[in-house]
Amino acid sequence: MSDSTKGVSRRGFLKGAGSAAAATALLDSAVLTVREATAQITGPPVYGPGRTELALHVNGSERTVLVEPRTTLAAALRDELDLTGTKVVCDRGACSGCTVWIDGLPVASCMTLAIDAAGRKITTIEGLATGDKLHPVQEAFIEKDAMQCGFCTPGMVMTAAALLERNPDPTLDDVKEAVSGNLCRCAVYPQVFEATLAAAKKRKASQIAGS
Amino acid sequence: MTAVERKIPHDSAREHVTGEAVYVDDMPPSRGELIVDFLWSPVAHGRIRRLDVEPARNIAGVVALFTHGDLAHNRFGPSQIQDELLIAEDEVRFIGQPVVVIAAENREAVRAAKAAIRLDIDPLPPVFTIDEAKARRDFIGPVRKIARGDVATAFAHAEHVLQGVFKTGGVDQFYLESQAAIAWPGEKGALTVHSSTQNPTEVQDVVAHLLGLPAHKVVVITKRLGGGFGGKECQATHPAAMAALVAHKLKRPARIAYSKDDDMRVTGGRHPFQNDYRVAFTSEGIITAVKVDLYSDGGAFADLSQAVMARAMTHTDNAYWIPNIEITGTVCRTNFPPNTAFRGFGGPQGVSTMENMIEEISLFLHKDPLEIRMRNCYGIEERNTTPYGQIVANNQLPRLMRDIGERADFRRRTAAVADFNAKSKTHLRGIACSAVKFGISFNTKFLNQANALVNVYLDGTVQVSTGATEMGQGVNTKIKQVVAAELGIDAGLVIVMATSTEKNNNTSATAASSGADMNGSAAADACRRIRARLVEVAARELAARTEDLQPSPSTIAIANGMAFDRRRPQHGIAWRDLVRAAYLQRVSLGERGFYATAGLDWNAEKSSGSPFLYFTNGCAVSEVLIDRFTGSARVLRSDLLMDIGKSINPGIDRGQITGAFFQGLGWLTNEEKRYAPTGELLTYSPTTYKVPNIQDLPQVFNVDWIENDTNTLNLRSSKAVGEPPLLLAISVYCAIKNALSFVSGSEIPKIDAPCTGEEILMRLTEYARKNARKPQESAASA
Ligand code: FES
Ligand code: FES
Repeated sequence: MSDSTKGVSRRGFLKGAGSAAAATALLDSAVLTVREATAQITGPPVYGPGRTELALHVNGSERTVLVEPRTTLAAALRDELDLTGTKVVCDRGACSGCTVWIDGLPVASCMTLAIDAAGRKITTIEGLATGDKLHPVQEAFIEKDAMQCGFCTPGMVMTAAALLERNPDPTLDDVKEAVSGNLCRCAVYPQVFEATLAAAKKRKASQIAGS
Repeated sequence: MTAVERKIPHDSAREHVTGEAVYVDDMPPSRGELIVDFLWSPVAHGRIRRLDVEPARNIAGVVALFTHGDLAHNRFGPSQIQDELLIAEDEVRFIGQPVVVIAAENREAVRAAKAAIRLDIDPLPPVFTIDEAKARRDFIGPVRKIARGDVATAFAHAEHVLQGVFKTGGVDQFYLESQAAIAWPGEKGALTVHSSTQNPTEVQDVVAHLLGLPAHKVVVITKRLGGGFGGKECQATHPAAMAALVAHKLKRPARIAYSKDDDMRVTGGRHPFQNDYRVAFTSEGIITAVKVDLYSDGGAFADLSQAVMARAMTHTDNAYWIPNIEITGTVCRTNFPPNTAFRGFGGPQGVSTMENMIEEISLFLHKDPLEIRMRNCYGIEERNTTPYGQIVANNQLPRLMRDIGERADFRRRTAAVADFNAKSKTHLRGIACSAVKFGISFNTKFLNQANALVNVYLDGTVQVSTGATEMGQGVNTKIKQVVAAELGIDAGLVIVMATSTEKNNNTSATAASSGADMNGSAAADACRRIRARLVEVAARELAARTEDLQPSPSTIAIANGMAFDRRRPQHGIAWRDLVRAAYLQRVSLGERGFYATAGLDWNAEKSSGSPFLYFTNGCAVSEVLIDRFTGSARVLRSDLLMDIGKSINPGIDRGQITGAFFQGLGWLTNEEKRYAPTGELLTYSPTTYKVPNIQDLPQVFNVDWIENDTNTLNLRSSKAVGEPPLLLAISVYCAIKNALSFVSGSEIPKIDAPCTGEEILMRLTEYARKNARKPQESAASA
C-alpha cells in the first residue's frame, strides 16, 4: 500500500470492491495483475481501483492522503485532510461553492480528481491568509457584509481573490464575469462586487505606498 | 456610543471568510460513526406489496436496516393534524418518502444496500394537480374563510368586474447547505443531536416522541445553518430523527447529510397556488369588492400548510382597504413531498394575487397603476381595518407610495416605456410598481414567546444564548448588539453561543421574520435585570469611593463600559471592576430573560382577530426589458423603499432586503420545478433548476428605507425585515405583465408565474398570432 508506483494492493482492492460478486472480483483481479505487471515494466504510476496514497501539495505543505482514483479533490480535502472550509453543494460543477486554486487558478474541486491535482499547488480557503493577516479580499468581505449564511463564502472568496491575482485592477464587469458561476442563495452579490472592487483598490493603494 | 443602530460585521464574518466556520457536516467524524441514509419510495402513490431488506443485511459495511416498526411512534407533524409518518408503513404517498433507514460504515455500502433491498409497490392513482385534488375534494384540514361586508350586493351593483385564475409555482429553498444532522448516544439512553435546523425544540420533541424518550434526554444543538429560508423549519426534523434512530438503537454516533440532488427531491418547497379571483371596481379605480378563493398544493402531508394558508389569507388584502371582501383558503392534498415554510410563508402568494388584480384594473381602465394603488391604500385614521379585524396602526404606506413614485420617477419612465415600445421591433419594455404590507408575528399565538440566557463572566465578557438560530439573517449579530447596548458595553465583549435546547427550552422556530424581535427582546429582558443589580453595586461602590456621595441607584448610568453617578460623572468604575465587585458581594451575574409578544389575538377557526404586532411595509418600482424573439426578460432597474423602523444594523438589513427581493425574483421569473408524468422531479440540481445568479440582478438597484422611529411596540423601535422585501419582487411580475400589454391587443395579458423566458415567449407568440388576424385592433392599442 505504501509503494505508490505499485499503485494498489490486493487487500486494498478487495476492501474497496466491498460486496461485488466473487466472479467479477476474480476477473478484475486478473486484470489487475496484468496492470500491476505493466506498471512495473513501463514505470508511470498506476493508481487504483482501491485506495492509494497520494501526495498533495496543499497550502504550502506536503500532505499524504489515502484515496481512490475516483475521489474528487473536494472529498480528499474535506474527508482526508479535514479542510472543511471547502464546501460541496451541487457536486457537479454548477455552483462554484467548492472553488479552490490549482496553481493559482480557480477550479471546481468537485469536478477535479484528487489524482489530477497531485504534484500541483493547491490553495484552499484555509490557506489564503498569511498567518493572521487576511487576504485583502477576505478583509473586504468582512467590511462590506459580503456574506449572510456564509456557505457560498469560501468559494466566492477564492474566486474573487483569484481574479485579483490575475487582474489587480478589475472593472465592475470583470468582477461580475469572474463570480458569475458562484451561486449565492442569500444573494449577497451586490456586496461581493463592492468588496472585490474595494479589495483591489486597497491593495493597489498599499502597493503604491509600499513601493 | 451605543452598540445598536450601526453597522458592525456579521458575528461570524472572520470565520466565514477563512473557512473556519463549522456547519454540521464539517464536524470531524467521531470514533465508530455511521453513515445514515434511506431508501425512499420511487412511486408517488401506491401500496407496498413486499418489502424485503434481508438481501442487504449481509453486505459488507451495512450495519443495520430500520423500518417503521423500529420506532416507538411513527406519526408526528408540526400542526395538530399530526398526519405525517417518518417511515412509510403500507402506503407510500410521494416519491422520496423514506421506507428503510440504512446505517452503514461507508457510502459504498449504503449504495449497495439500496440496490439490494426488494421493494415492490402496487401503484395507486396519484394526484398531481390542484384541479385533480379539487375534483376529488381531497383537502388537508378545513376550508377557512375571511369575510367582511356584502360581497354579493357589491358585485351585483359593480361598474366593472374582472376575474380570472392566478397561478404561482412551487420553489425549492435551495439553501446551499443541504439537510444534515449528527446524533451521539450518551449516558442513560440520552442523545445529543447536532442539527441544521431552524427549530431545535421541534427536533428535540420529534426525536423524543419517535424514539419514546423523555424530552430531557434529547439535547439539540444548532451552531449555524448554511441557509434555511423556511426549508429547515420542519423538514430538518426528518434527517435528525433518522440519525437519532440509528444512534439510539446502535449506540454509535450517526451522521446524515443529504446530497443536494436528494434534498431537492425529497423535501418540500414553497406552495404552488392557484387562485380564483373576482374584483369589482369603479371607473375611478376604487375597488368595491373582492372575492378570492385560494387553493394551495400542500403535498402529501399537512406539514405547515394550514398556517401558510392562514398567512396567504391574511395577506390577500395587502396594502388596500376593501369594503366588501371574501377570501377562502383550501389546502389541496397531492402526491408530492409535503410543501412547507419558505420565506414569506404564504404571504407572497396572497399579496401577488391582489397586486395582479390591481395591475389588471389599471390596464383595463388605462389609468396610472400607482394612482390606483394610492386610491385604494389603507388610510391613516379611517379605512384602516383589515378584513380580519386588525387595525393597520402607524401606517406608513401612503407615504411610501408617494415617495417611491418620485424616487423612481415613475410617471416619466412610464411614458418613456410606451415610447420605446412604439419604436422597437426587437424588444419590449414594461414598468410597474407594487406594495407590501407584511404582518409580523406568528399567526399561532403561543409561538410568540422566547427566552434567553445571559451569563457575565468575571473578566467582564458575556455569553448569550437564545432559541434563535443563525442562518445568515444576522440574528446573532443583532442580539449581540442589543445585549451590548443594554449593558452599556462594547459589542466585542459579547459572544452569542450555539443554540441549544439545553440552555433554552421550549423555543419557537426562527421564522416569521421575528427571530431578532423575540429573542432580542428576551435577551434585553435578562440584561435589564442584570443591569439593575449592577446599578445597585455601582451605587454602593461609587459612594464608597467618592466623598460626600450617598448611594443612589437612580442616578447611576452604565455606558461605554463605565458605570458612573450622573451627579459626579468624573468618577467612573470600569465595567470589569464593577462585575468583579458584584461577584465579591455575591450578586448574581447571570439571568434568564423571557418575552411574550403582547396584545396578539387570533381565532383560527373564525380567521379573525389581531394576529400581528405590527406591519413591515414597502414599495417598489421595477422595469424590465424583454427580447421579443427569445422571450428572455432582464430587470433593468428596481427601486425599493421600505419602512423597517429604526434599523439595529443597517448593513444586515440592507443585505436582507436585497437577498429577499432576489429570492422573490427567482420565484416569479426563472425558478421552475418540472416533473415527469410519474411525479418524479426532473429539476433537482442547479444544472436544471435555475436560481437567480448575478446576471439576473437588476442593472440598477436602489435600496433604501424611510426614517421611522415610531414603532415603539418592538425591540428598539426596529422592524422585522427578513421576509417582507421578498414580496417587492412582485413589481417585476407586474412589469412583465405591463410589457405584454403592449402586444396583447385589447385583452389584458395573462401570464402564470414563474414567467420564464419560455412562458413569455409563448405569450408573445400567442398575441402575435391573434393580432395578425386582427391588425386594426393591434394598431389601435399600440
Ligand atoms: S459543489 Fe462543486 S461546483 Fe457545486
Ligand atoms: S451567503 Fe448564503 S449562500 Fe451566499
